[in-house]
Amino acid sequence: MMIRRLFWRWLALAILAAGVYATIVRFTQGLGAATNLSDQMPWGLWVGFDVLCGVGLAAGGFTITTAVYILHLEKLRPIVRPAVLTAFLGYLLVIVALLYDLGRPWNIWRATVMWNPRSVMFEVAWCVMLYTTVLAVEFSPLLFDRLGWRRASRAARSAIVPLTAAGFILSTLHQSSLGSLYLILPTKLHPLWYSPLLPWLFWFSAVAGGLAMVIFESGMSARAFGRALELDVLEKLARAMTVFVGLFLFLRWWDLGRRGHAATALHVWGADSLPARMFWLEMALFVIPAALALSSRWRRSPQRLFGLGCTMVGAFLLHRLNVSTTALAAGQSYFPSWMEIAVTLMLVTLGVAAFRFAVRHLAVFEGPRRMKEERPTQVVYA
Amino acid sequence: MFALLIDVTRCVGCGACVAACCEANGLPLEEGADLGPYHYTVVRKVRTRRGEVYYRLLCMHCLDPACASVCPIGALKKRPDGPVTYNASICMGCRYCVQACPFEVPRYEWNSRAPKLGKCSFCAERLQHGQVTACAEACPTGATLCGERNELLKVARERIAAEPGKYLPKIYGEREVGGTSVLYISHVPFRTLGLPEHLPLEPLPGYTGRALSQIPPLVGSAGIVLAGLWWLTDRKAEVARAERETRSGGRR
Ligand code: SF4
Ligand code: SF4
Ligand code: SF4
Repeated sequence: MMIRRLFWRWLALAILAAGVYATIVRFTQGLGAATNLSDQMPWGLWVGFDVLCGVGLAAGGFTITTAVYILHLEKLRPIVRPAVLTAFLGYLLVIVALLYDLGRPWNIWRATVMWNPRSVMFEVAWCVMLYTTVLAVEFSPLLFDRLGWRRASRAARSAIVPLTAAGFILSTLHQSSLGSLYLILPTKLHPLWYSPLLPWLFWFSAVAGGLAMVIFESGMSARAFGRALELDVLEKLARAMTVFVGLFLFLRWWDLGRRGHAATALHVWGADSLPARMFWLEMALFVIPAALALSSRWRRSPQRLFGLGCTMVGAFLLHRLNVSTTALAAGQSYFPSWMEIAVTLMLVTLGVAAFRFAVRHLAVFEGPRRMKEERPTQVVYA
Repeated sequence: MFALLIDVTRCVGCGACVAACCEANGLPLEEGADLGPYHYTVVRKVRTRRGEVYYRLLCMHCLDPACASVCPIGALKKRPDGPVTYNASICMGCRYCVQACPFEVPRYEWNSRAPKLGKCSFCAERLQHGQVTACAEACPTGATLCGERNELLKVARERIAAEPGKYLPKIYGEREVGGTSVLYISHVPFRTLGLPEHLPLEPLPGYTGRALSQIPPLVGSAGIVLAGLWWLTDRKAEVARAERETRSGGRR
């Protein structure tokens, strides 16, 4: 036990050290010195993973809050807080990652005053700003309670239904707009991934990935904080996840067929077959856990459920990385530099540390159950 | 609207345009450089069945440019007289323009702390003062002509019609991605010049526009549906509660 803790602590320290070094290089010598980016591959790991995947995995936040506060699915209430916390931290990390990736980050504020509504990036910028604010307010009662600021806490809670609705709409726009970013590349993006439906595909995969992330994170925190897994809740999530993966896969294949590219997926041998192979890997990662999640035996076993969640998170990550890397000709020879990886790992490590810190000091995992039997619609929790 | 007509058959590879461009823009002249943040135009040589062919590359100054449409803050702009210009002081360096350009034109100062984009400006200032671009002025053979786009299209058509055996029957840039302000005519396939073939004839911003135009109705209907669902499920919860209470016999 002791040794394992030490190992993790040292690993985290090593990652932080590497990340700090990479940060210094990035901000003193520019992107070229720190990354493997080029004019042919202007977006790499920081956009493909930190931004596209970070935002997607935060989708658990809007999904769960919508289920609880709009659809009144009271059963899911115990996981609202961790889901909101994950989403909030996720968005904060996305913003930090953006500051690394932008070449002239000091001009980022201009997106708020110099409007170009034709640009998807403009939409993305607004969604990031607004939804992070929504998440901050949704999360704030935990902080206010801790500080004993009753009034502020009550005020934030009273707004939870409209906030949730705003969060749903902003998230929907944001998740889909990440897909829309690639619509301008009809000639550059591989046909297995380019689709006019990209915004919808990104939305469905984000909901599935976000739910998978909640399962994954519940499993992790059950282990880390010695809590029992809310199995009956997570089992429901696994079911919902399957539905969304099903819709995603249906849309994906229907679209491939409609565009006449279903056969492109068969090009798995010989030259230029990497995209097709990555396509099938992605498919397998989506289909297998979704199929297994149909069986209640798999859903009801904590270990198996956790495994399903992990695989689905993996499928989601691969889909986003495929769109941002494999699908571009230049992306097939791109591999992130160690400094890009170090920064990404550092951000993830900081996110995990912040989550632990919040769990230790704020009532992330308690509260709702106590008063569940009373009149739940009157007592509104964030 | 101004345009450039590049007649590949007339290019002799002297590099006068490159030198003139460097001088006009205060850029260092370098032998054999690729397009880059300090090289707005290049002359290249390619061996083909019809012998060695020289040609030049530069920003195409699309009529509805992908780069300008994707820039979140409008640092890139299409001017009504033709040039697509770049304003470094407001650029935030997201490189969406680099990603979006179908001709791989914009180049980025990767090794700078305050990186800028580099690309041909169509000598926007010179055009404003009634001059032709520096490269067109320098070209000794008329392989680069500067003028009104419609005029140049006419010239191109005339040249093709006059020597149909020599030219391919196509003006590259007339309709590609909705048309560009730089036009090419050539005796070798445009593909061998590194100009992408099979580009859609529709301007690329339209692809994004279709998705973006769905947003307002989507937001509206999502709001209505959410409100409806909230009301319905809220009502259901209340009814269930009331039933529970009557069943347990107690009323408050
Ligand atoms: S060629 Fe590229 S950089 Fe030039 S105007 Fe067109 S999209 Fe913009
Ligand atoms: S890099 Fe600069 S010019 Fe290019 S899209 Fe981003 S903000 Fe606009
Ligand atoms: S138009 Fe001006 S900036 Fe563009 S290549 Fe010619 S000389 Fe250079």
